[in-house]
Amino acid sequence: MAAGRLQGSARRLGWLAGLILPLALALGWEMAVALKWADGRLLPTPSRIYATLAGLAASGELLDHVLATLQRVGLGFVFGVAAGTVLGAVSGYWTAVRRLIDPTLQALRNIPSIAWVPMFILWFGIFETSKIILIAVGVFFPIYLALSGAILGVDRKLVEVGRIFGFSHREMITRILLPATLPAYVIALRSGLGLGWMFVVAAEFMGAEQGLGFLLVDGQQTGRPAVILASIVSFACLGKLTDWLLAAVSVRFLRWQDSFKPAE
Amino acid sequence: MLRIANVRKRYPNGLLALAGLDLTVAPGEILAIVGGSGCGKSTLLRLVSGLDRPTAGSVDLDGTPIVGPRAEIGMVFQEPRLMPWLTIDDNVAFGIRHLPAGERRQRVAEALSRVGLASHAGHWPRELSGGQAQRAALARALVGRPQVLLLDEPFSALDALTRQDLQDHLLDLWAYDRPTMILVTHDIEEALVLADRIVVMQPDPGRIRVSVSPPLARPRDRLDPEFLDWKYKLLAELDHASRKPTGDETFPAAAI
Repeated sequence: MAAGRLQGSARRLGWLAGLILPLALALGWEMAVALKWADGRLLPTPSRIYATLAGLAASGELLDHVLATLQRVGLGFVFGVAAGTVLGAVSGYWTAVRRLIDPTLQALRNIPSIAWVPMFILWFGIFETSKIILIAVGVFFPIYLALSGAILGVDRKLVEVGRIFGFSHREMITRILLPATLPAYVIALRSGLGLGWMFVVAAEFMGAEQGLGFLLVDGQQTGRPAVILASIVSFACLGKLTDWLLAAVSVRFLRWQDSFKPAE
Repeated sequence: MLRIANVRKRYPNGLLALAGLDLTVAPGEILAIVGGSGCGKSTLLRLVSGLDRPTAGSVDLDGTPIVGPRAEIGMVFQEPRLMPWLTIDDNVAFGIRHLPAGERRQRVAEALSRVGLASHAGHWPRELSGGQAQRAALARALVGRPQVLLLDEPFSALDALTRQDLQDHLLDLWAYDRPTMILVTHDIEEALVLADRIVVMQPDPGRIRVSVSPPLARPRDRLDPEFLDWKYKLLAELDHASRKPTGDETFPAAAI
Protein backbone atom coordinates (compact mmCIF):
# COMPACT_ATOMS: atom_id res chain seq x y z
CA MET A 1 0.00 0.00 0.00
CA ALA A 2 2.55 2.53 1.20
CA ALA A 3 5.03 1.38 -1.43
CA GLY A 4 2.35 1.79 -4.10
CA ARG A 5 1.63 5.34 -2.95
CA LEU A 6 5.32 6.12 -2.92
CA GLN A 7 5.66 4.79 -6.47
CA GLY A 8 2.67 6.86 -7.58
CA SER A 9 4.10 10.07 -6.23
CA ALA A 10 7.50 9.19 -7.71
CA ARG A 11 5.83 9.05 -11.12
CA ARG A 12 3.96 12.31 -10.58
CA LEU A 13 7.04 14.17 -9.40
CA GLY A 14 9.38 12.49 -11.88
CA TRP A 15 9.54 15.57 -14.08
CA LEU A 16 11.26 17.43 -11.23
CA ALA A 17 14.36 15.36 -11.94
CA GLY A 18 14.89 17.54 -14.99
CA LEU A 19 15.40 20.56 -12.74
CA ILE A 20 18.33 19.05 -10.84
CA LEU A 21 20.96 19.73 -13.50
CA PRO A 22 20.19 23.42 -14.25
CA LEU A 23 19.73 24.21 -10.55
CA ALA A 24 23.03 22.54 -9.66
CA LEU A 25 24.83 24.47 -12.42
CA ALA A 26 23.29 27.76 -11.28
CA LEU A 27 24.17 27.10 -7.66
CA GLY A 28 27.73 26.10 -8.59
CA TRP A 29 28.27 29.26 -10.59
CA GLU A 30 26.77 31.41 -7.85
CA MET A 31 29.15 29.86 -5.31
CA ALA A 32 32.16 30.11 -7.62
CA VAL A 33 31.63 33.85 -7.95
CA ALA A 34 30.80 34.34 -4.26
CA LEU A 35 34.02 32.55 -3.29
CA LYS A 36 35.93 34.69 -5.82
CA TRP A 37 37.05 31.64 -7.83
CA ALA A 38 35.60 33.30 -10.91
CA ASP A 39 34.87 36.79 -12.14
CA GLY A 40 31.13 37.51 -12.48
CA ARG A 41 31.48 40.56 -14.72
CA LEU A 42 31.21 38.92 -18.14
CA LEU A 43 29.16 35.96 -16.97
CA PRO A 44 26.76 37.41 -14.39
CA THR A 45 25.58 35.17 -11.58
CA PRO A 46 22.11 33.59 -11.62
CA SER A 47 21.01 35.98 -8.88
CA ARG A 48 21.94 39.00 -11.04
CA ILE A 49 20.18 37.50 -14.07
CA TYR A 50 17.16 36.88 -11.88
CA ALA A 51 17.29 40.48 -10.59
CA THR A 52 17.48 41.75 -14.18
CA LEU A 53 14.53 39.60 -15.20
CA ALA A 54 12.56 40.74 -12.14
CA GLY A 55 13.30 44.36 -13.01
CA LEU A 56 12.20 43.88 -16.61
CA ALA A 57 9.10 42.09 -15.43
CA ALA A 58 8.22 44.78 -12.89
CA SER A 59 8.38 47.55 -15.50
CA GLY A 60 6.16 45.46 -17.83
CA GLU A 61 8.93 45.50 -20.45
CA LEU A 62 9.51 41.74 -20.24
CA LEU A 63 5.89 40.91 -20.95
CA ASP A 64 5.89 43.17 -24.02
CA HIS A 65 9.05 41.49 -25.36
CA VAL A 66 7.73 38.01 -24.65
CA LEU A 67 4.37 38.71 -26.27
CA ALA A 68 5.98 40.23 -29.36
CA THR A 69 8.23 37.20 -29.79
CA LEU A 70 5.49 34.69 -29.01
CA GLN A 71 3.23 36.27 -31.59
CA ARG A 72 5.91 36.04 -34.27
CA VAL A 73 6.76 32.43 -33.46
CA GLY A 74 3.08 31.55 -33.24
CA LEU A 75 2.12 33.04 -36.59
CA GLY A 76 5.25 31.76 -38.33
CA PHE A 77 4.64 28.31 -36.87
CA VAL A 78 1.02 28.20 -38.02
CA PHE A 79 1.86 29.24 -41.59
CA GLY A 80 4.91 26.98 -41.77
CA VAL A 81 2.97 23.98 -40.46
CA ALA A 82 0.05 24.60 -42.83
CA ALA A 83 2.30 24.83 -45.90
CA GLY A 84 4.51 21.94 -44.80
CA THR A 85 1.51 19.70 -44.11
CA VAL A 86 -0.27 20.36 -47.40
CA LEU A 87 2.84 20.11 -49.59
CA GLY A 88 4.25 17.18 -47.59
CA ALA A 89 1.00 15.22 -47.89
CA VAL A 90 0.58 15.96 -51.59
CA SER A 91 4.18 15.17 -52.44
CA GLY A 92 4.12 11.98 -50.37
CA TYR A 93 0.93 10.79 -52.08
CA TRP A 94 1.43 11.70 -55.74
CA THR A 95 4.67 10.68 -57.39
CA ALA A 96 4.19 13.24 -60.15
CA VAL A 97 3.97 16.10 -57.64
CA ARG A 98 6.97 14.78 -55.75
CA ARG A 99 9.06 14.65 -58.93
CA LEU A 100 8.02 18.19 -59.68
CA ILE A 101 8.54 19.96 -56.35
CA ASP A 102 10.79 17.80 -54.21
CA PRO A 103 14.17 18.52 -55.87
CA THR A 104 13.58 22.27 -55.66
CA LEU A 105 12.51 22.13 -52.03
CA GLN A 106 15.48 19.91 -51.15
CA ALA A 107 17.80 22.49 -52.71
CA LEU A 108 16.12 25.41 -50.93
CA ARG A 109 16.33 23.53 -47.64
CA ASN A 110 20.11 23.83 -47.63
CA ILE A 111 20.11 27.61 -47.70
CA PRO A 112 21.00 28.99 -44.26
CA SER A 113 18.19 31.05 -42.75
CA ILE A 114 20.31 34.16 -42.40
CA ALA A 115 20.88 34.19 -46.16
CA TRP A 116 17.20 34.96 -46.69
CA VAL A 117 17.20 38.00 -44.43
CA PRO A 118 18.34 40.63 -46.95
CA MET A 119 16.01 39.29 -49.64
CA PHE A 120 13.03 39.10 -47.31
CA ILE A 121 13.62 42.67 -46.14
CA LEU A 122 13.72 43.84 -49.77
CA TRP A 123 10.60 41.89 -50.67
CA PHE A 124 8.42 42.17 -47.60
CA GLY A 125 9.79 45.25 -45.82
CA ILE A 126 11.46 45.54 -42.44
CA PHE A 127 8.32 45.00 -40.34
CA GLU A 128 6.36 41.95 -39.22
CA THR A 129 5.69 40.29 -42.60
CA SER A 130 9.32 39.51 -43.36
CA LYS A 131 9.91 38.22 -39.84
CA ILE A 132 6.93 35.89 -39.87
CA ILE A 133 7.79 34.57 -43.33
CA LEU A 134 11.35 33.86 -42.23
CA ILE A 135 10.08 31.86 -39.25
CA ALA A 136 7.51 30.06 -41.40
CA VAL A 137 10.28 29.03 -43.83
CA GLY A 138 12.24 27.57 -40.92
CA VAL A 139 9.22 25.64 -39.62
CA PHE A 140 8.17 24.47 -43.09
CA PHE A 141 11.08 22.19 -43.96
CA PRO A 142 11.08 19.69 -41.08
CA ILE A 143 7.31 19.30 -41.44
CA TYR A 144 7.45 18.86 -45.20
CA LEU A 145 10.35 16.39 -45.09
CA ALA A 146 8.99 14.28 -42.27
CA LEU A 147 5.47 14.07 -43.64
CA SER A 148 6.34 13.28 -47.25
CA GLY A 149 8.87 10.69 -46.07
CA ALA A 150 6.51 9.13 -43.53
CA ILE A 151 3.70 8.78 -46.07
CA LEU A 152 6.02 6.82 -48.34
CA GLY A 153 6.69 4.53 -45.38
CA VAL A 154 3.05 3.77 -44.52
CA ASP A 155 2.26 0.04 -44.52
CA ARG A 156 0.89 -0.96 -47.94
CA LYS A 157 -1.37 -3.45 -46.19
CA LEU A 158 -3.34 -0.72 -44.42
CA VAL A 159 -3.59 1.27 -47.65
CA GLU A 160 -5.10 -1.82 -49.31
CA VAL A 161 -7.86 -1.87 -46.71
CA GLY A 162 -8.74 1.65 -47.80
CA ARG A 163 -8.73 0.52 -51.43
CA ILE A 164 -11.04 -2.41 -50.66
CA PHE A 165 -13.52 0.04 -49.13
CA GLY A 166 -13.29 2.27 -52.20
CA PHE A 167 -11.63 5.25 -50.51
CA SER A 168 -11.20 8.41 -52.55
CA HIS A 169 -7.75 10.09 -52.62
CA ARG A 170 -8.96 12.53 -50.01
CA GLU A 171 -10.24 9.76 -47.72
CA MET A 172 -7.04 7.80 -48.23
CA ILE A 173 -5.00 10.80 -47.08
CA THR A 174 -7.18 11.92 -44.19
CA ARG A 175 -8.35 8.52 -42.90
CA ILE A 176 -5.26 6.38 -43.38
CA LEU A 177 -2.08 8.18 -44.38
CA LEU A 178 -2.21 11.14 -41.99
CA PRO A 179 -3.22 9.11 -38.90
CA ALA A 180 -0.58 6.49 -39.72
CA THR A 181 2.09 9.20 -39.91
CA LEU A 182 0.91 11.01 -36.79
CA PRO A 183 3.79 9.84 -34.54
CA ALA A 184 6.36 11.08 -37.07
CA TYR A 185 4.31 14.22 -37.62
CA VAL A 186 4.30 15.11 -33.92
CA ILE A 187 8.08 14.78 -33.79
CA ALA A 188 8.28 17.00 -36.88
CA LEU A 189 6.03 19.59 -35.25
CA ARG A 190 8.31 19.68 -32.24
CA SER A 191 11.49 20.07 -34.27
CA GLY A 192 9.68 22.67 -36.42
CA LEU A 193 8.77 24.60 -33.31
CA GLY A 194 12.39 24.43 -32.14
CA LEU A 195 13.52 25.86 -35.47
CA GLY A 196 10.83 28.52 -35.14
CA TRP A 197 12.44 29.67 -31.89
CA MET A 198 15.84 29.80 -33.57
CA PHE A 199 14.59 31.70 -36.59
CA VAL A 200 12.78 34.27 -34.46
CA VAL A 201 16.13 35.43 -33.12
CA ALA A 202 17.45 35.85 -36.66
CA ALA A 203 14.22 37.64 -37.54
CA GLU A 204 14.45 40.00 -34.58
CA PHE A 205 18.07 40.77 -35.35
CA MET A 206 16.86 42.47 -38.52
CA GLY A 207 15.60 45.60 -36.91
CA ALA A 208 12.93 44.91 -34.34
CA GLU A 209 11.79 47.38 -31.71
CA GLN A 210 10.48 44.70 -29.43
CA GLY A 211 10.96 41.04 -28.69
CA LEU A 212 13.46 38.89 -26.86
CA GLY A 213 15.82 38.97 -29.84
CA PHE A 214 15.75 42.75 -29.70
CA LEU A 215 16.51 42.56 -25.98
CA LEU A 216 19.54 40.42 -26.85
CA VAL A 217 20.90 42.94 -29.37
CA ASP A 218 20.12 45.80 -27.00
CA GLY A 219 22.05 44.10 -24.20
CA GLN A 220 25.02 43.64 -26.50
CA GLN A 221 25.01 47.20 -27.80
CA THR A 222 24.72 48.71 -24.33
CA GLY A 223 27.28 46.31 -22.82
CA ARG A 224 24.93 44.61 -20.34
CA PRO A 225 25.66 40.86 -20.23
CA ALA A 226 22.95 40.33 -17.60
CA VAL A 227 20.34 41.55 -20.10
CA ILE A 228 21.70 39.22 -22.80
CA LEU A 229 21.53 36.28 -20.42
CA ALA A 230 18.08 37.30 -19.18
CA SER A 231 16.93 37.14 -22.79
CA ILE A 232 18.62 33.78 -23.36
CA VAL A 233 17.07 32.32 -20.21
CA SER A 234 13.66 33.58 -21.37
CA PHE A 235 14.16 31.90 -24.74
CA ALA A 236 15.08 28.65 -23.03
CA CYS A 237 12.06 28.74 -20.72
CA LEU A 238 9.58 29.68 -23.45
CA GLY A 239 11.01 27.14 -25.86
CA LYS A 240 10.79 24.38 -23.29
CA LEU A 241 7.30 25.45 -22.23
CA THR A 242 5.85 25.51 -25.74
CA ASP A 243 7.49 22.18 -26.60
CA TRP A 244 6.05 20.66 -23.45
CA LEU A 245 2.59 21.99 -24.37
CA LEU A 246 2.86 20.49 -27.84
CA ALA A 247 4.00 17.15 -26.45
CA ALA A 248 1.25 17.15 -23.81
CA VAL A 249 -1.46 17.84 -26.39
CA SER A 250 -0.12 15.19 -28.77
CA VAL A 251 -0.11 12.44 -26.13
CA ARG A 252 -3.91 12.45 -26.35
CA PHE A 253 -3.78 11.57 -30.02
CA LEU A 254 -1.09 8.91 -29.71
CA ARG A 255 -2.64 6.74 -27.00
CA TRP A 256 -3.19 4.00 -29.57
CA GLN A 257 0.54 3.46 -30.06
CA ASP A 258 1.86 0.08 -29.04
CA SER A 259 5.34 1.29 -28.32
CA PHE A 260 8.26 0.67 -26.02
CA LYS A 261 7.67 1.85 -22.45
CA PRO A 262 11.03 2.58 -20.81
CA ALA A 263 11.67 1.19 -17.33
CA GLU A 264 11.05 3.55 -14.40
CA MET B 1 -23.04 -15.11 -60.14
CA LEU B 2 -19.30 -14.50 -60.14
CA ARG B 3 -17.65 -15.41 -63.41
CA ILE B 4 -13.92 -15.68 -64.00
CA ALA B 5 -13.27 -16.18 -67.70
CA ASN B 6 -9.94 -17.13 -69.24
CA VAL B 7 -8.06 -15.01 -66.73
CA ARG B 8 -4.33 -14.64 -67.19
CA LYS B 9 -1.99 -12.71 -64.95
CA ARG B 10 1.62 -11.96 -65.74
CA TYR B 11 3.54 -9.81 -63.27
CA PRO B 12 5.90 -7.07 -64.47
CA ASN B 13 8.86 -9.29 -63.51
CA GLY B 14 7.74 -11.80 -66.14
CA LEU B 15 6.26 -14.37 -63.75
CA LEU B 16 3.14 -16.00 -65.16
CA ALA B 17 0.99 -16.35 -62.02
CA LEU B 18 -2.18 -17.52 -63.77
CA ALA B 19 -2.43 -19.13 -67.18
CA GLY B 20 -5.96 -18.80 -68.53
CA LEU B 21 -8.23 -19.75 -65.65
CA ASP B 22 -12.01 -20.30 -65.82
CA LEU B 23 -14.23 -20.49 -62.75
CA THR B 24 -17.85 -19.74 -61.95
CA VAL B 25 -19.13 -19.29 -58.41
CA ALA B 26 -22.86 -19.43 -57.65
CA PRO B 27 -24.54 -16.96 -55.27
CA GLY B 28 -24.21 -18.15 -51.69
CA GLU B 29 -21.69 -20.83 -52.61
CA ILE B 30 -18.67 -21.40 -50.39
CA LEU B 31 -15.67 -22.12 -52.56
CA ALA B 32 -12.24 -23.02 -51.22
CA ILE B 33 -9.11 -22.64 -53.28
CA VAL B 34 -6.21 -24.73 -52.05
CA GLY B 35 -2.69 -25.08 -53.33
CA GLY B 36 0.93 -24.74 -52.36
CA SER B 37 2.72 -21.42 -52.34
CA GLY B 38 3.19 -19.85 -55.76
CA CYS B 39 0.19 -21.57 -57.36
CA GLY B 40 -1.53 -18.24 -57.95
CA LYS B 41 -4.35 -18.65 -55.44
CA SER B 42 -3.78 -15.31 -53.73
CA THR B 43 -3.31 -13.64 -57.11
CA LEU B 44 -6.71 -14.97 -58.15
CA LEU B 45 -8.33 -13.54 -55.03
CA ARG B 46 -6.74 -10.13 -55.63
CA LEU B 47 -8.12 -10.11 -59.17
CA VAL B 48 -11.63 -10.87 -57.89
CA SER B 49 -11.31 -8.16 -55.22
CA GLY B 50 -10.36 -5.58 -57.84
CA LEU B 51 -7.09 -4.76 -56.07
CA ASP B 52 -5.22 -6.03 -59.16
CA ARG B 53 -6.25 -6.26 -62.82
CA PRO B 54 -5.78 -9.35 -64.98
CA THR B 55 -3.38 -9.23 -67.93
CA ALA B 56 -6.04 -10.88 -70.07
CA GLY B 57 -9.52 -12.32 -69.59
CA SER B 58 -12.28 -10.95 -67.39
CA VAL B 59 -13.83 -11.18 -63.96
CA ASP B 60 -17.44 -10.12 -63.61
CA LEU B 61 -20.09 -10.09 -60.92
CA ASP B 62 -23.66 -10.50 -62.21
CA GLY B 63 -22.48 -9.41 -65.63
CA THR B 64 -20.67 -6.25 -64.49
CA PRO B 65 -16.91 -6.41 -65.03
CA ILE B 66 -14.81 -5.91 -61.90
CA VAL B 67 -12.33 -3.16 -62.70
CA GLY B 68 -11.63 -2.02 -59.15
CA PRO B 69 -12.70 -2.60 -55.53
CA ARG B 70 -16.49 -2.56 -55.07
CA ALA B 71 -18.78 -2.20 -52.09
CA GLU B 72 -20.46 -5.55 -52.83
CA ILE B 73 -17.15 -7.38 -52.45
CA GLY B 74 -15.62 -7.60 -48.98
CA MET B 75 -12.22 -8.96 -48.06
CA VAL B 76 -10.49 -10.44 -45.05
CA PHE B 77 -6.71 -10.66 -45.23
CA GLN B 78 -4.26 -13.02 -43.62
CA GLU B 79 -3.49 -10.31 -41.03
CA PRO B 80 -6.31 -8.41 -39.31
CA ARG B 81 -5.07 -5.11 -40.78
CA LEU B 82 -6.96 -3.04 -38.23
CA MET B 83 -6.10 0.65 -38.11
CA PRO B 84 -4.08 0.88 -34.88
CA TRP B 85 -5.25 4.46 -34.27
CA LEU B 86 -8.94 3.56 -34.24
CA THR B 87 -10.86 1.74 -31.53
CA ILE B 88 -12.46 -1.56 -32.54
CA ASP B 89 -15.91 -0.05 -33.18
CA ASP B 90 -14.42 2.71 -35.34
CA ASN B 91 -12.44 0.08 -37.24
CA VAL B 92 -15.61 -1.86 -37.97
CA ALA B 93 -17.40 1.36 -38.95
CA PHE B 94 -14.77 1.80 -41.70
CA GLY B 95 -16.85 -0.48 -43.90
CA ILE B 96 -20.04 1.59 -43.67
CA ARG B 97 -18.71 5.14 -43.41
CA HIS B 98 -21.36 6.49 -45.81
CA LEU B 99 -24.32 5.51 -43.60
CA PRO B 100 -25.88 8.05 -41.22
CA ALA B 101 -24.32 8.03 -37.74
CA GLY B 102 -27.26 6.45 -35.95
CA GLU B 103 -27.61 3.53 -38.33
CA ARG B 104 -23.84 3.15 -38.42
CA ARG B 105 -23.67 2.78 -34.64
CA GLN B 106 -26.44 0.22 -34.64
CA ARG B 107 -24.91 -1.85 -37.45
CA VAL B 108 -21.45 -1.78 -35.82
CA ALA B 109 -22.89 -2.89 -32.48
CA GLU B 110 -24.74 -5.71 -34.21
CA ALA B 111 -21.66 -6.84 -36.16
CA LEU B 112 -19.51 -6.77 -33.03
CA SER B 113 -21.97 -8.82 -31.04
CA ARG B 114 -22.17 -11.38 -33.86
CA VAL B 115 -18.42 -11.92 -33.67
CA GLY B 116 -18.54 -11.93 -29.87
CA LEU B 117 -16.65 -8.67 -29.38
CA ALA B 118 -19.47 -6.47 -28.04
CA SER B 119 -17.54 -5.86 -24.84
CA HIS B 120 -14.42 -4.82 -26.76
CA ALA B 121 -15.99 -2.03 -28.80
CA GLY B 122 -13.93 0.74 -27.20
CA HIS B 123 -10.65 -1.16 -27.06
CA TRP B 124 -7.53 -0.44 -29.12
CA PRO B 125 -6.38 -3.09 -31.61
CA ARG B 126 -3.17 -3.60 -29.62
CA GLU B 127 -5.32 -4.80 -26.70
CA LEU B 128 -6.81 -7.73 -28.65
CA SER B 129 -5.47 -11.26 -29.08
CA GLY B 130 -4.77 -12.55 -32.58
CA GLY B 131 -8.08 -14.39 -32.75
CA GLN B 132 -10.06 -11.40 -31.47
CA ALA B 133 -8.36 -9.10 -33.96
CA GLN B 134 -9.27 -11.43 -36.82
CA ARG B 135 -12.88 -11.51 -35.55
CA ALA B 136 -12.89 -7.73 -35.66
CA ALA B 137 -11.60 -7.90 -39.23
CA LEU B 138 -14.46 -10.29 -40.06
CA ALA B 139 -16.94 -7.87 -38.51
CA ARG B 140 -15.46 -5.02 -40.57
CA ALA B 141 -15.77 -7.03 -43.79
CA LEU B 142 -19.33 -8.21 -43.04
CA VAL B 143 -20.85 -5.05 -41.59
CA GLY B 144 -21.50 -3.68 -45.08
CA ARG B 145 -23.37 -6.93 -45.98
CA PRO B 146 -21.27 -7.72 -49.05
CA GLN B 147 -22.60 -9.99 -51.73
CA VAL B 148 -19.20 -11.67 -52.03
CA LEU B 149 -16.73 -12.22 -49.18
CA LEU B 150 -13.13 -13.02 -50.07
CA LEU B 151 -10.87 -14.59 -47.45
CA ASP B 152 -7.12 -14.79 -48.05
CA GLU B 153 -5.74 -17.44 -45.66
CA PRO B 154 -7.69 -15.70 -42.89
CA PHE B 155 -6.82 -18.07 -40.05
CA SER B 156 -3.35 -19.25 -41.01
CA ALA B 157 -1.59 -17.04 -38.47
CA LEU B 158 -3.65 -18.37 -35.55
CA ASP B 159 -3.01 -21.30 -33.24
CA ALA B 160 -4.81 -24.58 -34.01
CA LEU B 161 -7.54 -24.23 -31.37
CA THR B 162 -8.39 -20.64 -32.22
CA ARG B 163 -8.38 -21.58 -35.89
CA GLN B 164 -10.97 -24.35 -35.42
CA ASP B 165 -13.06 -22.05 -33.29
CA LEU B 166 -13.06 -19.34 -35.96
CA GLN B 167 -13.77 -21.81 -38.77
CA ASP B 168 -16.96 -22.91 -37.02
CA HIS B 169 -17.79 -19.31 -36.23
CA LEU B 170 -17.35 -18.25 -39.85
CA LEU B 171 -20.15 -20.62 -40.87
CA ASP B 172 -22.48 -19.06 -38.28
CA LEU B 173 -21.65 -15.63 -39.65
CA TRP B 174 -22.20 -16.81 -43.22
CA ALA B 175 -25.68 -18.03 -42.27
CA TYR B 176 -26.98 -14.47 -41.58
CA ASP B 177 -26.75 -13.06 -45.11
CA ARG B 178 -25.37 -16.06 -47.00
CA PRO B 179 -22.81 -14.20 -49.09
CA THR B 180 -20.79 -15.98 -51.76
CA MET B 181 -17.49 -16.87 -50.10
CA ILE B 182 -14.16 -17.58 -51.72
CA LEU B 183 -11.64 -18.87 -49.25
CA VAL B 184 -7.99 -19.21 -50.15
CA THR B 185 -6.12 -21.57 -47.86
CA HIS B 186 -3.32 -24.10 -47.75
CA ASP B 187 -5.14 -26.03 -45.03
CA ILE B 188 -7.11 -28.97 -46.52
CA GLU B 189 -9.03 -29.53 -43.31
CA GLU B 190 -10.16 -25.92 -43.26
CA ALA B 191 -11.34 -26.22 -46.85
CA LEU B 192 -13.25 -29.43 -46.07
CA VAL B 193 -14.95 -28.00 -42.98
CA LEU B 194 -16.11 -24.86 -44.74
CA ALA B 195 -16.48 -25.32 -48.47
CA ASP B 196 -19.19 -26.63 -50.78
CA ARG B 197 -16.60 -26.96 -53.52
CA ILE B 198 -12.83 -27.23 -53.38
CA VAL B 199 -10.52 -26.22 -56.21
CA VAL B 200 -6.97 -27.54 -56.09
CA MET B 201 -4.48 -25.37 -57.94
CA GLN B 202 -1.02 -26.16 -59.17
CA PRO B 203 1.91 -23.88 -59.93
CA ASP B 204 4.24 -23.10 -62.86
CA PRO B 205 2.10 -21.57 -64.23
CA GLY B 206 -0.85 -21.27 -61.85
CA ARG B 207 -3.86 -23.26 -63.03
CA ILE B 208 -6.70 -25.45 -61.74
CA ARG B 209 -5.72 -29.08 -61.25
CA VAL B 210 -9.01 -30.45 -60.03
CA SER B 211 -12.33 -29.25 -58.65
CA VAL B 212 -14.42 -31.36 -56.25
CA SER B 213 -17.65 -31.01 -54.26
CA PRO B 214 -17.37 -33.44 -51.33
CA PRO B 215 -20.89 -34.70 -50.47
CA LEU B 216 -20.33 -34.44 -46.71
CA ALA B 217 -23.21 -33.62 -44.38
CA ARG B 218 -23.09 -30.37 -42.38
CA PRO B 219 -22.02 -29.56 -39.75
CA ARG B 220 -18.89 -31.40 -40.75
CA ASP B 221 -17.10 -33.54 -38.24
CA ARG B 222 -13.31 -33.31 -38.52
CA LEU B 223 -12.99 -36.89 -37.19
CA ASP B 224 -15.68 -38.51 -39.34
CA PRO B 225 -14.09 -41.36 -41.40
CA GLU B 226 -15.57 -40.05 -44.61
CA PHE B 227 -14.20 -36.58 -43.85
CA LEU B 228 -10.77 -38.06 -43.19
CA ASP B 229 -11.00 -40.08 -46.37
CA TRP B 230 -11.54 -36.89 -48.35
CA LYS B 231 -8.76 -35.21 -46.46
CA TYR B 232 -6.26 -37.90 -47.49
CA LYS B 233 -7.40 -37.82 -51.09
CA LEU B 234 -7.02 -34.08 -51.29
CA LEU B 235 -3.69 -34.14 -49.48
CA ALA B 236 -2.37 -36.59 -52.05
CA GLU B 237 -3.71 -34.38 -54.82
CA LEU B 238 -2.04 -31.34 -53.28
CA ASP B 239 1.19 -33.25 -52.93
CA HIS B 240 1.16 -34.20 -56.59
CA ALA B 241 0.17 -30.70 -57.61
CA SER B 242 3.17 -29.14 -55.93
CA ARG B 243 5.62 -31.70 -57.31
CA LYS B 244 7.76 -30.48 -60.20
CA PRO B 245 6.74 -32.09 -63.49
CA THR B 246 9.15 -34.88 -64.39
CA GLY B 247 8.16 -35.19 -68.01
CA ASP B 248 5.79 -38.13 -67.68
CA GLU B 249 2.62 -37.41 -65.69
CA THR B 250 2.45 -40.35 -63.29
CA PHE B 251 -0.21 -38.65 -61.19
CA PRO B 252 -3.14 -37.81 -63.43
CA ALA B 253 -5.65 -35.32 -62.08
CA ALA B 254 -8.38 -37.89 -62.63
CA ALA B 255 -7.37 -39.76 -59.48
CA ILE B 256 -10.44 -38.41 -57.69
